[in-house]
This record gives sequence, structure tokens and C-alpha cells, in this order.
Amino acid sequence: MASYPAGFKYTKDHEWIELSGDRGKIGITDYAQQQLGDVVYIELPEIGAKLKQGQSFGTIESVKAVSELYSPVTGEVIEINAALKDKPETVNKDPHGNWMVVIKLTNAGETGALLDAAQYQALIK
Amino acid sequence: MEQATETPLKKTPLNARHRASGAKMVPFGGWDMPVEYSGLSNEHTAVRTRAGIFDVSHMGEIEIAGKDALAAVQRITSNDAAKLATGQAQYSGLLTPQGTFVDDLLVYRLAPAHFLLVVNAGNIAKDYAWIAANITSAGDAVAVDASSRYALIALQGPEAVNVLQPLTGVDLTSLKYYWFGHGEVASVRATVSRTGYTGEDGFEIFVPPGSADRVWLAILESGRGADVIPCGLGARDTLRLEAGMRLHGNDIDETTTVLEADLSWIVGWKKDDFNGASALREQKASGVKRKIVGFELLDRGIARHGCDAYIGGAKAGLVTSGTQTPHVKKSIGMAYLPVEHTAPGTEFDVDIRGRPTRARVVPMPFYKRPK
Repeated sequence: MASYPAGFKYTKDHEWIELSGDRGKIGITDYAQQQLGDVVYIELPEIGAKLKQGQSFGTIESVKAVSELYSPVTGEVIEINAALKDKPETVNKDPHGNWMVVIKLTNAGETGALLDAAQYQALIK
Repeated sequence: MEQATETPLKKTPLNARHRASGAKMVPFGGWDMPVEYSGLSNEHTAVRTRAGIFDVSHMGEIEIAGKDALAAVQRITSNDAAKLATGQAQYSGLLTPQGTFVDDLLVYRLAPAHFLLVVNAGNIAKDYAWIAANITSAGDAVAVDASSRYALIALQGPEAVNVLQPLTGVDLTSLKYYWFGHGEVASVRATVSRTGYTGEDGFEIFVPPGSADRVWLAILESGRGADVIPCGLGARDTLRLEAGMRLHGNDIDETTTVLEADLSWIVGWKKDDFNGASALREQKASGVKRKIVGFELLDRGIARHGCDAYIGGAKAGLVTSGTQTPHVKKSIGMAYLPVEHTAPGTEFDVDIRGRPTRARVVPMPFYKRPK
């Protein structure tokens, strides 16, 4: 069984966010990578991109399908994990360790609507 | 996934087995089918290195019998069925008068005047209507849609012969590629054919629907030592693509001719008139303008069915299949390109969701099994 870090918040679209002050690291959950299967390509936004909560910030492509990546929060992209460009398969190996973008939140109040680990695990049961 | 139509999905005799085994099910060609059991990559590798078992009971079976059955089959299919001995099968096409594909199929000669045509699941009704209409001029021959009388199980991979032989009296070592024999498998009446859609050695086993589950379990039991696993349509697609096999509805259809699909070997050029013959002879004489190629992506990503191909910045062709192959670990595909740009080594661009991605023409198949 995969463990879902208690310190993360989760979305119904299977992203996680690790909040630290007004910043959040974002990735996809273990459940999401299992559903996708072998990831072959990840397209990430430019640094400086402004996102609304629920807006697509990129795409993830597996052998099976192409899926959108949705931002759990509103804010600005301040970092991207460029290493994923050449090694997208690391998301399969360690989905909770390989973040995709860091966002500077501009509406911290939104995070209350996100799921905690227990709620997310109930969702994917 | 959403089902596009209101029609309830059809179920193969193994549907309950797939569901009980935890397979991920999807709608495919009107059927509720397993797309994946333990994981696409895992299943693909099992077939390349050991063996995998597939439920392909959704495929259609159309029988043609009667004194003039051979003449009927010769008229409606592209390959030369007169070359088939009883007990032998061939890959062929059901063609329009334009030489394009109504469907592709396998033609089995069950007896001198009795043929079995195995067609694609999504095309059964269309093919049957088309065949019935097109054999009337051939004389004494009738077509019967016998799809509900057969379950079809494919066992594919280098270990297939060792796994199946203990279950059957059919001598598999003397059964040549594209030949079949009748007998029993796990005490069930069966026709065992040395054919498949994976590029590996293997068998397709026709059994009565009521006995399909028994045969399925017996094969898995016999294959336990070799770690034979059940596989879904996802691995079936990546395996066939690696082997360079065309998929009707993707790589070939009613807009692509046999010659454009680079399948002139399935045309019986010397036989009498058949559907599409004059169009193909004309196209053979004048030369095709576009042709299917295999390609590899030089950049990351997957070029999928429907992506446009560009040469020198201008739209020049179309991708018909694409995947990242779990075995060769390359992003490969098939595309139609102008014939002057089809030499191996030619580079072109594929538009993947607005991103130009470099590709290179390579010879097919992408994978050839070691002899």
C-alpha cells in the first residue's frame, strides 16, 4: 500500500500540494501514476505563469493517455522541476517525492477546500 | 471512461472471469473488454519473454460454405485463397471497388468448400452485410455470421508451445506458422491456429463459448511455472505496433488502399477479377502518391493517431498509430507520407498538441522475434 503523506493536501484530480508558508510544491499522487502507467512526457509551464485554482498548468503523457495537470491553488509559478523533462519516469517511481512546480499562493484561503490525506484515501478507495 | 452510444456493451464468455480477476475494463468496438490486468508494460514484457493469454472472443467469425465457396472468397478478399490447403490460413483484405479496406481479416480454409473469416470486432455487422451482398454473383455459396458460436483465446510468446502442448493432442511442434488443426484443449473441442497479433510465436484457440472459462483457467494453470499472465487490449496494441501490424480503423480503412498501406503481398495479382482489382492494378501501374511508413520520434512524447505530419513546414501527412514501446523503449508509430519522403532516414515533424516533434522514417517491423 502506498502511503499518502499526512502533511500534504490533495485534490479530487489527484494532485498533491505540500504547503510551506505562502509556497506550495505540487505533484501527482501515487494513485494517479498507477492509473496513468508508464509516464513518457511531462510538459510544464514557464516560470512566472499565473494560474487560477483548478486551471491546467501542464500535461502528463503516459503510454496509455494524455492528461492535464491541474493547479490546486491560485498563484504564480516560481520554480519548475526541469529534471522531469529528461526523466519523466521518476514520477512513476516516487510520485510523492518528485514535485513538478512550486507556486507562490495569492489566495491562501482556498487551501481549506483541499482534501487531507484521510479524505483523499477515502476518495480513491 | 464514457461510453459514446446508448447501446449496451456486448460481453464475451470470459467477461465474468475478467471482472473477477480485477482487470480494468473499457468499451472497445461495442464490447466490454479488459484493457489491462497487471499493467500494460508488465503484460507486454511477459509476451516478449515468456507468454501471455488474451481474450479475443470479440473478434467476428463469418463462415462461407457451398459448392462455389472458393469463388466467393476469391471475389471478396484480396489474397489468393486458392493457394490455401485445407488446414491453412492467410492474412487478407475485404476491399471496396477502390481497393481500400472494408476490413482486414484472416481467411481459414476449413474444408475445400468451407471457409472461416475472422474479422474485427467493431466491423462484424458491416462486414457480414457487405459479404452477403457481394457473394451473390459467385454462385452457390452462403455466408453465416457464426460469431456467437466461438470464443477465441490467444496464447502468445516464446513459451506458448510448451504451455499449450500438455493440454492438447494436436501436435504443435509440427503445426507450422499460419496452419491450424482440430482436436481438444483441456478436454474441450477446439481449433488451434498458429497465428497471432503480437509478432511472437503463439496460438489462437477457437472453443465453444460455454467452455471458454475452462480453457482459460487450464492454460493459466499449465503456464504457472513459466509465469504466464493474462493480458489486455492495451498490451495487444503495443505488441502489434512493435511488430508493424496494421490496425483497421487506425492505420487502414476505407480511405487507404492496399498499396498505400504497403500490403501488396496480400493481393493475389494473378487471380481472376476481385473487388478492388482494377483500381489496384491501375494504382500499381501509375504508382502510389502516399505510403505508410514506420517512424521513431527523436524527441520525447508520443505521436498518436490523428497527429499531422509536416515536411519543410508544410502539412504533408498523418500519423495513424503511435506509442512508446515497453520492450524497445522507443517512441514509435506509423504515418502516411508523400511517397518521395518515405525512404528510411528521412526526417519530418509531427505536431503533438501544438508542439513540433522531430521524427525519422525507419523500416518496419520495429521488433522482430529472435529465431
